[in-house]
Amino acid sequence: MGPEKMKEIITDVLKDVDVVIGYKQGFDKLHATPCFINKAEQIEEIIWSPVCVQNLASFLPSLKAKKVGVVVKGCDSRTIVQYMQEGLIDRSKVVVVGIPCTGVVSVKKVLDKVNHQPIEDVVFEADGAILVKTPAGETKLSLADVSPDKCSTCLYPTPVVYDHLAAEPIKSVKAPEDVYKDVEEFEGKSLEERKVYWEKEFDRCIRCYACRNACPMCVCQDSCIAESRDPHWISQKSNLSEKFMFHMIHSIHLAGRCVECGECERVCPMGIPVNALKKKLNHDMKALYNYEPGVNPEDKPPMYTFSVEEKKIEEHKL
Amino acid sequence: MSEIAPKELRIVGFLCNWCSYGGADTAGVSRFRQPTDLRIIRVPCSGRVDPLFIVKALLNGADGVLVSGCHPRDCHYTDGNFYARRRLEMLKQLLPYLGIDEKRFHYTWISASEGQRWQKTVTDFTNQIHKLGPLHSTTEAHSGS
Ligand code: SF4
Ligand code: SF4
Repeated sequence: MGPEKMKEIITDVLKDVDVVIGYKQGFDKLHATPCFINKAEQIEEIIWSPVCVQNLASFLPSLKAKKVGVVVKGCDSRTIVQYMQEGLIDRSKVVVVGIPCTGVVSVKKVLDKVNHQPIEDVVFEADGAILVKTPAGETKLSLADVSPDKCSTCLYPTPVVYDHLAAEPIKSVKAPEDVYKDVEEFEGKSLEERKVYWEKEFDRCIRCYACRNACPMCVCQDSCIAESRDPHWISQKSNLSEKFMFHMIHSIHLAGRCVECGECERVCPMGIPVNALKKKLNHDMKALYNYEPGVNPEDKPPMYTFSVEEKKIEEHKL
Repeated sequence: MSEIAPKELRIVGFLCNWCSYGGADTAGVSRFRQPTDLRIIRVPCSGRVDPLFIVKALLNGADGVLVSGCHPRDCHYTDGNFYARRRLEMLKQLLPYLGIDEKRFHYTWISASEGQRWQKTVTDFTNQIHKLGPLHSTTEAHSGS
């Protein structure tokens, strides 16, 4: 799964776009960082490995005026489909370089395994093993043990939309019914247990808004109602009800739009399961409207439309 | 009103201008007895009710929230209540996931002529909230904004 084929494709793509967004190595071998390529000599910087965690599709709405090439994994590709559904990009101005993906790492999980030692080298072996070198020695990990949760139920390892594919397509071996198992399990808890759980999680939130900033579907960015003073939805007070309210804003604005890329959870410095409420909403959207975000460009997000006779919504009695 | 506990609870009602607010008015003009825990906020249309209004109310001191609009197909703006139905149902299913009893939130459709239906809805919902009791303990700091 070397980047050679990808570099070839990008060399071609670069001829008729303004910029190509890919990955290059960050400050150490465990970190990749997005790179914006507009000159052929930059192509050598491009990397592809399981440390390429960021969802690069997130940059597309802000680059709408340009013709852009973008490297996407299977999960990231759903963002593009969702943007198409919502009219947030002009598909004819985007060239999608898809990478069939067998899973990425969670940088946090790897660092935990090596006791947060400085990283000297990271090598990915063909059998899925990862060798991490630190001053304390070499640690052998398996990709499955240090992958983010989203990889364990990924149904779309091959991008759902692409113009070029950098490797042979991969079929998912995961069961669709497992995707929302965590949601269903949580629903088995009592009301009180659930309340205590969320209060404990949200109480840690420092409202840095990293989750919102990283979210590809949080397209309002600086106009976010979490920060506006008029209307003043939430104050600057650091109490639980304000934090709770912020998470309700993020969740409800994502209802039936979250592509489950997991960026929100990846960037949270407090380890809050930010994606969990959106997964619950997606679970309901599937049950109510048989809708799954970011899969079919022809679909309409369920909150953007209605049926006169809603088959699955029953009147609530008092 | 004997079934209602003497202490009032805080219930917020979002009613659309064209049907449900009219229905509440009809009930008032007809002098139907109603519990007095409900504070009504008139909105142009049930489609104006952002689910976050309901969350905000519940987080900041309300013990229950009632939303009522025109019957489906009778919306003054043609399809506002169709959108509302999807949003409100979404919230109805989300609340229990957060540990908030979904019985604290009810949405329904009442026309301007249905004074009796309004009376019954308010009475039943108020009773339901009284059965659940206050959402916030008095010591909790829910000072809001
Ligand atoms: S809420 Fe989280 S998982 Fe969903 S689209 Fe936004 S960043 Fe991705
Ligand atoms: S990234 Fe984490 S700490 Fe920051 S606002 Fe989001 S949930 Fe809160």
